[in-house]
Amino acid sequence: MKKICLYFEIHQIVHLKRYRFFDIGRDHYYYDDYENERSINDIAERSYVPALQTLIQMCKDYPEFRVAFSLSGCGLEQLEFHAPQVVDLLQEINSTGQVEFLCEPYSHGLASLANEESFAAEVKRMSDRIKELFGKRPKVFRNSSLIYNDEIGAQVASMGFKGILTEGAKQVLGWKSPHYIYHCATDPRLKLLLRDINLSEDITERFTSNPIMADQWLDWIASTPEGENFINIFGELVTFGIFHPLQSGILDFLKAIPALARDRGIGFALPSDLCEEKSVGAIEVPYNISWVDEERDTSCWLGNVMQREAFNKLYSVADRVRVCGDRRIQMDWDSLQASNNFRFMTTKPGYQYRGIYDSPYDAFTNYMNILGDFISRVNNLYGGADNEEIDGLITMIKNQGDELAAKDKEIERLRKKLEKYNPTELEEKKPEPKAAPAKKAPAAKKAVAPKKEPVKKAAPKAKAVKKEEKAPAKAAAPKKATPKKK
Amino acid sequence: MFGWEFPPKIYGGLAVASYGITKGMVEGQPDAQITFCLPKPCGEEEKFLRIIGMNQVPIVYRGHDYNYVKSRIPDYMTPEEYYNFRDHIYADFSYMNVNDMGCMEFAGGYPGNLHDEINNFSIIAGVVARSEQFDIIHAHDWLTYPAGVHAKMVSGKPLCIHVHATDFDRSRGKVNPTVYSIEKNGMDHADCIMCVSELTRQTVIREYHQDPRKCFAVHNAVYPLPQEYLDIPRVDNGKEKVVTFLGRITMQKGPEYFMEAADLVCKRSKNIRFCFAGSGDKYWEMVDLAAAKGIADRVHFPGFQRGKQVYECYKASDVFVMPSVSEPFGIAPLEAMQCGTPSIISKQSGCGEILDKVIKVDYWDINAMADAIYSLCTNEGLHTYLRDEGLKEVAEITWVKVGHRIRKLYDECIYHGGFLH
Repeated sequence: MKKICLYFEIHQIVHLKRYRFFDIGRDHYYYDDYENERSINDIAERSYVPALQTLIQMCKDYPEFRVAFSLSGCGLEQLEFHAPQVVDLLQEINSTGQVEFLCEPYSHGLASLANEESFAAEVKRMSDRIKELFGKRPKVFRNSSLIYNDEIGAQVASMGFKGILTEGAKQVLGWKSPHYIYHCATDPRLKLLLRDINLSEDITERFTSNPIMADQWLDWIASTPEGENFINIFGELVTFGIFHPLQSGILDFLKAIPALARDRGIGFALPSDLCEEKSVGAIEVPYNISWVDEERDTSCWLGNVMQREAFNKLYSVADRVRVCGDRRIQMDWDSLQASNNFRFMTTKPGYQYRGIYDSPYDAFTNYMNILGDFISRVNNLYGGADNEEIDGLITMIKNQGDELAAKDKEIERLRKKLEKYNPTELEEKKPEPKAAPAKKAPAAKKAVAPKKEPVKKAAPKAKAVKKEEKAPAKAAAPKKATPKKK
Repeated sequence: MFGWEFPPKIYGGLAVASYGITKGMVEGQPDAQITFCLPKPCGEEEKFLRIIGMNQVPIVYRGHDYNYVKSRIPDYMTPEEYYNFRDHIYADFSYMNVNDMGCMEFAGGYPGNLHDEINNFSIIAGVVARSEQFDIIHAHDWLTYPAGVHAKMVSGKPLCIHVHATDFDRSRGKVNPTVYSIEKNGMDHADCIMCVSELTRQTVIREYHQDPRKCFAVHNAVYPLPQEYLDIPRVDNGKEKVVTFLGRITMQKGPEYFMEAADLVCKRSKNIRFCFAGSGDKYWEMVDLAAAKGIADRVHFPGFQRGKQVYECYKASDVFVMPSVSEPFGIAPLEAMQCGTPSIISKQSGCGEILDKVIKVDYWDINAMADAIYSLCTNEGLHTYLRDEGLKEVAEITWVKVGHRIRKLYDECIYHGGFLH
């Protein structure tokens, strides 16, 4: 039985305001409140609300209907603030049990290409948020604009996701069909769900210019070759109402799908259902792919020198922002990361929508002004300490964290082992934090060296040695706080 | 063609454009023969076209013998040509102030009695039009429109006029009625109006009430820099950045907006300097303004730049700004881009229509202008992008292409009777 997997993205950026260079250092508020409120309300009214209402009705009418969503943190915050009715509708549709919420990076940014830790932290935050709102921890991941490569795949797999959505880009598929389940080349546990570009874009891109009927569209799906069972239709929720106005009849198209699909024996599936299916093979993706433009790569965000400069500059402070713990800085960090900011700077021909900017240079200038202010704020948190020093400390903290985690694991393992042999002795040996703090300093300096070394060495030895090392490491924890408050 | 300026004597952009257009046509179209009528050639013009010095064309009969004529006329002209012109004198101009050759003198350039010179130019054009063989008349800028119209009346050949600027651009709306009437008359008689930008075309249609069907935007271009200029090394200003304004310091060019933007930039950064190259009626006003704003130490006035100095100036700059209030075309940003200097231009500049790799701001938006200056000076990425892409873009804008476009319009006029049918 053929199955359609429908997925829609819900994301809106926080619009940045016109920010002149003379505002740098004076004005730390970067947002265009009016535009944000206006645009989100407009989009909610014209698109999200009617589309979600339709989908809710479809879920009620057709118990076999399934649809998945993902929310970006920035979009969600805006909806909660300006258009909470959309969040209510999402919860309503969630209560039908026929939907699934996927995880994506909180900021809808490009952290996956720049900084592993920041990326992981963002994904964690979004996952928590989804759990909190909809009661279920997401199991399937989709990166911002479906950006994917083998490394991202490996990282996402290590975060415990079962599957990832990405583009069925020609340059990676070649002769293969996107209608099968594949797996990540670097980590076979992670399933790849590939978007069917043609069938998806019949709706998302071409609906107004080249209208189609739902039965025609489903006939195309039904006529796919035998064995090609999984049709992934991914798009943005604003397809309904913004990309294509409601009077184009796009919602009627949507509404007609379940009944017509039933006639043709086509079912629906959630991404997590598809991840249970068996993979037919690995797909190697050495270079970035995404669902944007003809090239299906990252050139619309990082195609020219300006975009790359902005990108590098932004992520040059990623570590500092991550460890700083300042809420406002982190909020600004989210909105600055949103990939749309980079897209405004694209110089590729044919790109029209630029928000408040009238040229890529304008977008770049404004963004760099804001970034200039932001970076100086971040650096002020660190008391103007120079980069090398701070980077050293950050690496040290990170390595110590890794070390601690590894040691905790090791201790747990050894303790269990020990319990088996001699449950009482453990209790006696426990109070043993006698290691001198002096010992910690050289250990910390060494931290840049291969981090797992001490663990491996320690492993075969007796647990007493382990304990000794653990104590100073714990003691180092308060030191984390010292550098930033200087 | 009738023109007022031609290199190597350059008063403004008109000379450069006249040169580019003629050279582009001759290079791109082997069958094109151009006769260029100048009020006062200096004799050192390039020889790819035929130059007629209007100050050598007789309008009063003088019976000199061959040898005398030969000794009196410059070497780009033959006595036969002189006699040919003399045979076509069409009225008695002996009341006019002519010299022993029966010719009128021109001061050249833009003297006080400009209107007399324009009139004389037109009278002589009647002689030239009667004696020469040609298919089409092309008049550059309003000074030569009366001549063009006269030639058309005499010969019945189609007239193209080339609008390099209108008085609306020069005067910010307060036109000189005499100039306006000359311009309007020329346009009314023209079969084809070539404007250097869509902006100018719209002015011509709106302010001079011309039929849009016969108005065309024919954008200017630039010549690749000669090796001599390419070899000028780019000056490394170290930590300091130099932002340059280059042009006549006059109302049309918007120098006060540049000064205001400079003031804003100077308030926030210590390593940006401003260069005000050029001269003009607002020169002293600008010097005073800089002093009044307290930024005189950061604003420099090197004065009028000529020839190679212009390129040295571009090459020593990090940013070039052209904040013109109204600029029919404005070739300077293209030249700056050729030198690898990114440009900021006003949206009211015609060249913006064919340039993409420049920053465009409204001339009155001094905040945006200051922001763009600051951004180019501080963000390496933007500077690199505009420098490299700008070079590529400007290399694509050639006079030969312009020549082909003009030729198409000529053909339409000559073979199909113009555009109004």
